[in-house]
Amino acid sequence: MSDSRAAILARISRSLAHEAAADAPEILQRIEAHARGPQPQWEASPRERFIEKLEKVVGTWAEVASKENIAQAVADYLAGQNLPQRLCVAPHPLLEGITWPDGFQAERRRAVGEDRVSLAVAFCAIAETGSLVLLAGPDSPTTLNFLPDDFLCVLPENRILPRMEDAWALLREERGAMPRATNIVTGPSRTADVEQTIQLGAHGPRRLHVLLLQGGA
Amino acid sequence: MKPTAHAFSANAHRALHDRTLQQALAKAGVGFVDKRRAAIDSLPEFQALREAGKRIKDHTLANLDHYLLRFEQQVMASGGSVHWAESPEQACAAVLDICKQANAKMVAKGKSMVGEEIAINDALESAGFEVVETDLGEYIIQIAHEPPSHIIAPAVHKTRGQIAELFEKLHHQSGLTRPLQTVPQIVDEARQVLREKFLAADVGITGANFLIAETGSTVIVTNEGNGDLSATLPRMHIVLASIEKVVPTLEDTSVLLRLLARSATGQEITSYTTFFTGPRRADDPDGPEQFHVVLVDNGRSRMLGGDYHEMLRCIRCGACLNHCPVYSAVGGHAYGWVYPGPMGAVLTPLMVGLQEGRPLPNASTLCGRCEEVCPMSIPLPKLLREHRRQEFAQRLTPPRARWALAAWAFFARRPELYRQATRIVIKLLNLLAGGKGRFRSLLFAQAWTAARDLPAPQGDTFMAQWKQGKRS
Amino acid sequence: MRVALFVTCLVDLFRPSAGFAAVKLLERLGAEVLVPPAQTCCGQPAYNSGDFNTARELARPLIDALAFYDHVVVPSGSCAGMLITHYPELFKAEPLWQAKAETLAARTRELSAFLAEHGGDDFIDASFAGKVAMHDACSARRELGVLAQPRALLDKVSGLERVELKDAEACCGFGGTFCVKYPDISGRMVSDKAEAVAASGADLLVSGDIGCLMNIAGRLKRMGSPVRVYHLAEVLAGMTEAPAIGEPDKP
Repeated sequence: MSDSRAAILARISRSLAHEAAADAPEILQRIEAHARGPQPQWEASPRERFIEKLEKVVGTWAEVASKENIAQAVADYLAGQNLPQRLCVAPHPLLEGITWPDGFQAERRRAVGEDRVSLAVAFCAIAETGSLVLLAGPDSPTTLNFLPDDFLCVLPENRILPRMEDAWALLREERGAMPRATNIVTGPSRTADVEQTIQLGAHGPRRLHVLLLQGGA
Repeated sequence: MKPTAHAFSANAHRALHDRTLQQALAKAGVGFVDKRRAAIDSLPEFQALREAGKRIKDHTLANLDHYLLRFEQQVMASGGSVHWAESPEQACAAVLDICKQANAKMVAKGKSMVGEEIAINDALESAGFEVVETDLGEYIIQIAHEPPSHIIAPAVHKTRGQIAELFEKLHHQSGLTRPLQTVPQIVDEARQVLREKFLAADVGITGANFLIAETGSTVIVTNEGNGDLSATLPRMHIVLASIEKVVPTLEDTSVLLRLLARSATGQEITSYTTFFTGPRRADDPDGPEQFHVVLVDNGRSRMLGGDYHEMLRCIRCGACLNHCPVYSAVGGHAYGWVYPGPMGAVLTPLMVGLQEGRPLPNASTLCGRCEEVCPMSIPLPKLLREHRRQEFAQRLTPPRARWALAAWAFFARRPELYRQATRIVIKLLNLLAGGKGRFRSLLFAQAWTAARDLPAPQGDTFMAQWKQGKRS
Repeated sequence: MRVALFVTCLVDLFRPSAGFAAVKLLERLGAEVLVPPAQTCCGQPAYNSGDFNTARELARPLIDALAFYDHVVVPSGSCAGMLITHYPELFKAEPLWQAKAETLAARTRELSAFLAEHGGDDFIDASFAGKVAMHDACSARRELGVLAQPRALLDKVSGLERVELKDAEACCGFGGTFCVKYPDISGRMVSDKAEAVAASGADLLVSGDIGCLMNIAGRLKRMGSPVRVYHLAEVLAGMTEAPAIGEPDKP
């Protein structure tokens, strides 16, 4: 294996006429600059844009006035979809100490194959494309984002950023390093593999429902 | 996969007369073209992004060794490992080693064109592992025992009826007997069958659309979420990626993502864009215990700085396939190997040899629509012509074509002789046409007259008439 | 203004009337039109077959033959593209010839591009009562960006109504030797194009390239379509009385 590594690198370096180095100054400067490419422009506010784009990819949303109203918003959604009152919930500080209605089964854990509904909290959102950004970690198990049929995600309104690059800046500022998985989720799962006909819910969630938390976290 | 690119003409002939295939192709073609058009028209910054994307790739390729080393360093810093493979054999061996060490039985696979290139499924199956393709399109062709016919829509050549038939045959054995008339029924059944596989798999293999040197992350874009399940549920995650996938930063990736989805499916972004960085952390509630990246060269380091260097900018969006009149007519299988369409006609001869792949660069009118829609501005017609140049230089061009070219050039180099000779031929043809203005068939011109009449010349050449003083 | 006409082989051999139409239009602009006798073929068939040496052997005398004129005009997007785009590329390893090729390229124009650039409002004196569709050769459209010019010129023909083809960007399937090397695929492509022409409701199809026109006209005739096919120059020069491409000498 190390022979192939040496051979590949040697061929590349010979062709480029320099010596390979992981800390070559020209690439370190380039990386450190975090220079952005052309930034798409639009008129609407980040919130308006986010909602417009979310709806375009068939995501749904509801406004939640405060943390105390999350349980009711979830209950409303489940009732509306005619779903049992059972869900797995991300062990996220924002979802701690929620009083669920009687009869609710809300377990704070990762998801497994049988789970129908999950609830997580987005790290932030990208207005440009109507996307949620979720960072894998103890407070955000990745399985919640993909296994259940219905994925509910709390998004504090003040964390809707204009573009993907703004999410990277925030990630660097607040976390320093990349988590194991950074998921940019835009609408529910879909496929067009059968006769180019778009069908929702291929392997991941069939429905994506965003709970827009007013005033932020 | 054993290439049949050398038999392109016969493959194409079969494809043109395959009614089911033609139905499937007709359904797919316009959709891709219209959706891309709409997506690009609604983004005024697209051209600027295209230029920025090209600059990013050019810069990265000019520093490819640095960036690969940086990427490797960052993968290791996040707890993952990197394996380097010069050839498909080495790449397969690396994957097999990892799977064996993990005592794996079942492998869940996300879509990977490099995986097709190195024939990883065959290698895994021969070694006794069960491999399940989890992208719906890939799953369909896996159970049909076919290669993909499109780089982003692998089962685009299959009709709904054919897919239902395949499912019925296989899934009935496991007791599934629901009706499969509609697209939702088909998709639901695949969801159910594959869900069990995800949960049972020991190893998940995915491809990578980008590798990020800054963070050591590998990026996949999917719509189904299968790649994420493959990378999250099993104990190990193996990423197969070719070396030219590396880009410097997260910001650079954002530029390329804006180009990729629009060029591929006309989406602004796919449903899931995921950045994997190392294995699960000590306090992570889920995710794989090990994270391996297999970096595949397979001829790419030789392309660097050479005649086909620009092909290394390719981000595998498939736009050149969708806009190619030849691809649209014959579909992907006719190309006889992993990569079809214009990008395939450039890559295949480089990867399987010019002897095997020589028909592909010739099977093009060089109409240039591929270059026009390529988000990376790859001069595909120029690269196809370069293959033809090398083919001619290596004397692989069929003798008849060489001879015809030499005979024509002999006259074309001698203007006086050329005038006399062409004038005789033109007058003769005109005589043969007998005033009808065209030929329904003509000796030595059957290839032309099979599908169309041959318009007859007008009587005398322009040059002869001009010389005689005719001016209008 | 001394203008050299590079006739191109297909016009020379199959459609001289398109060459004479080009001469007529150029003269109406006040140009002195000359036809350098040393010209044969630009070498494109060799170039696209990978025989770059033969292509260069043919290019050198042509570059010299066309060197001493104010302008070089070509009634074909494909051959003009060869001179303008590919000659400089072909000689990239020979600085002297590359410089000559670049000088030639700078002076060379596809016919409709030249006419649109140099023609005033009144140099076209033609009429046609009917619908006309313009097919763009891929090289004209993509290598040279010739798209608006032929349409602007057609709009000056009195009585003419211009229509656009569906999938206008698609290649007609001619492709030089492609049409005989891959006849089934070429046949499919030209069928699609001819269907689009028939569906457009056009009475006439025009293009700046005889290669495309022979291909599409041949297919239209095979289909039994009544659409008549002319080189763009013939319509602009008011020469649609003569038999169209693929039509009998006498009606």
